[in-house]
Amino acid sequence: MKCEQLLKAINDYVDGQIDPAVCKDLEQHLAGCNPCQVVVDNIRKTITLYRGGQPYPMPPELCQRLRQVLREKWQRQFPQAR
Amino acid sequence: MAGSFAAFEALVARYERPTYSLAMRMVRHAEDAQEVVQETFLSVVEHLKQFRRQSTFHTWLVRIATNHALRVLRRRKRNRAVPLETDHDEAQPLPHPDFIAQWRDEPSSLAQQSEVRRILEDALSELDEKYRLVFVLRDVEGLSTEETAKALDIGISNVKVRLLRARLMLRERLTRQLGDPHTRLPAHGHEDVTSEPITDQTKEGKP
Repeated sequence: MKCEQLLKAINDYVDGQIDPAVCKDLEQHLAGCNPCQVVVDNIRKTITLYRGGQPYPMPPELCQRLRQVLREKWQRQFPQAR
Repeated sequence: MAGSFAAFEALVARYERPTYSLAMRMVRHAEDAQEVVQETFLSVVEHLKQFRRQSTFHTWLVRIATNHALRVLRRRKRNRAVPLETDHDEAQPLPHPDFIAQWRDEPSSLAQQSEVRRILEDALSELDEKYRLVFVLRDVEGLSTEETAKALDIGISNVKVRLLRARLMLRERLTRQLGDPHTRLPAHGHEDVTSEPITDQTKEGKP
């Protein structure tokens, strides 16, 4: 396997969805290619860093407006419910 | 699932901020994101009885929010359809890693730094919309490839190709900012080169 092929297979590898035969080739390449090792590590860290973040706080005016429009909608949608 | 409004309010309180963050990451505009959030929860009330727990509530909510975000993005383009399926990503060469270096810190520690959070959002904003949407749904929201394809109404192979490009582009941008220059290695296309860190001399001439 060459670096270019590794690049194409990198998603399947980091997602754990790679074909076992391809995985063996890929890991053989990784063992001898420091730049590819670093790229794989960078990609994993990129995904980790984005996962789970809620970077934008709710604007307070949206919170307030949202409750009001939802209450009205709820009453129209479920007139029997409280 | 329809019950009291108080129970529904608790659900809104739990999901409103993640939904606002998702909307901001998709439409990149505060007023538009507010519209997406409001329309999303109004749709949830309207279709609550149709929620059958075939998917998780989170996945269902993300799909609804994505629909509203796409509507906003299309409106922005003066009602022209978002060209999500019209170009041929497979035919274009992959963005090759250029700045290859170990990051200066672990993600758990980087995530605590407000400067890094700004870098992350800036890097995401710089991605083309078609790559950003796929990355946000797959890697931020954790939807499967199939769920992402359905939410964006594109093919599975398009999701895969766009995710690969998105990850490679984000890796490049983040590594330029978060990478330790002392550990920098030669760029790809490097089968025959050594794995020694790049010196200042070899870096000359690079953008």
